[in-house]
Amino acid sequence: MDITEKLLANTPDEQGRFGQYGGRFVSETLMFALDELEQVYDKLSKDPEFQRELDEDLAHFVGRPSPLYEAKRWSDRVGGARIFLKREDLNHTGAHKVNNTVGQALLARHMGKKRVIAETGAGQHGVATATVAARLGMECQVFMGEEDVRRQAQNVYRMRLLGAEVIPVTSGSRTLKDAMNEAMRDWVTNVDDTFYIIGTVAGPHPYPKLVRDFQSVIGREARAQCQQMCGRLPDALVACVGGGSNAIGLFYPFLADTEVAMYGVEAAGLGLDTTEHAAPLAAGRPGILHGNRTYLMQDENGQIMHTHSVSAGLDYPGVGPEHSWLKDIGRVNYVSANDKEALAAFSDLNRTEGIMPALESSHALAYAGKLAATMTPDQFIVVNLSGRGDKDIHTVAEVTGFDIEGVSQ
Amino acid sequence: MSRISGRFAELAASGKRAVIPYVVAGDPRVATTVPLMHALVGAGADIIELGVPFSDPMAEGLVIQVAHERALANHVSLRQVLGMVGEFRQQDQETPILLMGYANPVERMGYSEFAEAAAEAGLDALLTVDMPPEEVADLNAQLKRFDIDNILLVSPTTSIQRVEKIAELASGFVYYVSLKGVTGAATLDPVEVAVRVREIRELCQLPVAVGFGIKDAATAASIAVVADGVVVGSALVQKAADTAAQGGDDAAVAAAAAALVAEIRAGVDAAVSS
Repeated sequence: MDITEKLLANTPDEQGRFGQYGGRFVSETLMFALDELEQVYDKLSKDPEFQRELDEDLAHFVGRPSPLYEAKRWSDRVGGARIFLKREDLNHTGAHKVNNTVGQALLARHMGKKRVIAETGAGQHGVATATVAARLGMECQVFMGEEDVRRQAQNVYRMRLLGAEVIPVTSGSRTLKDAMNEAMRDWVTNVDDTFYIIGTVAGPHPYPKLVRDFQSVIGREARAQCQQMCGRLPDALVACVGGGSNAIGLFYPFLADTEVAMYGVEAAGLGLDTTEHAAPLAAGRPGILHGNRTYLMQDENGQIMHTHSVSAGLDYPGVGPEHSWLKDIGRVNYVSANDKEALAAFSDLNRTEGIMPALESSHALAYAGKLAATMTPDQFIVVNLSGRGDKDIHTVAEVTGFDIEGVSQ
Repeated sequence: MSRISGRFAELAASGKRAVIPYVVAGDPRVATTVPLMHALVGAGADIIELGVPFSDPMAEGLVIQVAHERALANHVSLRQVLGMVGEFRQQDQETPILLMGYANPVERMGYSEFAEAAAEAGLDALLTVDMPPEEVADLNAQLKRFDIDNILLVSPTTSIQRVEKIAELASGFVYYVSLKGVTGAATLDPVEVAVRVREIRELCQLPVAVGFGIKDAATAASIAVVADGVVVGSALVQKAADTAAQGGDDAAVAAAAAALVAEIRAGVDAAVSS
């Protein structure tokens, strides 16, 4: 399929479809709220005043543009192509998630909503939501799987400090997918006064589109920065894919530039040959969950499967519908990195660049290192360093058998 | 005329309302379900609504969520649920059966294959919670091949225009969700329901059944006077679960659930005859 500007402008279509993916698979009660959100967003996204407000927040509250940084020592170590990191870890709250929450919070305020809710896995989206809610004086409740509450205790506390209530979800597998179920249940109950800030490019239309649009600032900046620093577009882009918002954010402004190769890196967990992974694009098949049709990890009866990744933010059985479409039309290559490779990349970037990446981003780094080695020094890659890794140090210590509590003795 | 339309016509002719109990297939045990269905019919159920277990039942409150989890622990699949329908049909060719579930198990089986297997088993209708009118066309086309009714939801937030669209696509009856919320919520307002049901009736020729929040004979009676049918789910599922948890066998579970349905039947009949 030819990827033209025209095709991209019409995707998703009016029904929220990216090819056969996406759509609006929700109960009837939510349909009016999605219609309303779509109308408000259509109007505001063309409103210069709204754009000015958004740009101002991105500049002065989030701290954009984020730098494009050449990781020279790490590049030298892995060999081959030069590697640049898009430093989303330097954003306020430490990840790309805030680009989207700032935008959705402005929508919520325009719609007169007094309360926001969110689901969170690693806690980064929860923190980013709690942050914008605090700033706009909105009530905020964040749904988080009990298992993730345990893994990401530090982010739970951050959300509480920001005045949000964190509600542990004890149903199902007690991770991100169950948090999203519970957020949907809350939304259907409180739909009149509540805005649901979805954290990734999934969910029912128009969420995949509006989250993509808010995250596309990453790719727009990266494009200009590549032109400025290297005089041309990059040879390849690499980003991790859980739900896929940081990846879409980086990829989207480059989709029509067919000379730019793209790699979305899923979490292979303990290996794609086991059931302990979170790679629906590599090993799943299309189905319907959380309001959209997309690739899912599911069994032969259509039940959603348990997933595993060392990184809580990638531990999700689905993926944004636009990624499913980009896979099928062959525009993006979807690959994977396992827990071990991600942990090694985490360590390498710390030691060679003095940058502590999130475990999610470490999956992208792991693949980028392998990819760079197959390329030449006159080529260059941009990796989305989607978040910082401070939140993950307890997980890393646990996995590597290091006793953090005992370090002072 | 489908079994469901026929049943509503009979009820209307005799001035009665449909009592529609909901249970989750395979909960608390696989062997419970078919005898339980017969017991519910014996207690006065007009239509049986059978929940298809799903890993992510987004529209359900806690009571039905854990029922889905129990059924999944018993490895109950959509194919097996259709097997239960077929087994029920061996003894009862009269009582309509409606499956209520989520899109993905049907999607995974394939719409065409599902419709064929459902017809073979003797299923009458399907309600897919997460398939609003905008998404249901392909599935509907397959169901129509076998005259299986497609039950669509109308909610308190559904606009007049949408009700008209739903009336065009639905068959059998329209399921009015009585409140904004999940199944088993506690805030049913009979006056508001009455107003909405009247509105729906003006736009739609189909019977209107009301569900979500109906938990006993009194709430059922308050709704029965304004609607064509009442669905009782969470209260029944809870009763079955409590009975099983206290060591009750399948017969005891069926008896306990049947007792609640009998109370509701009596309450509904008394309310509409007075």
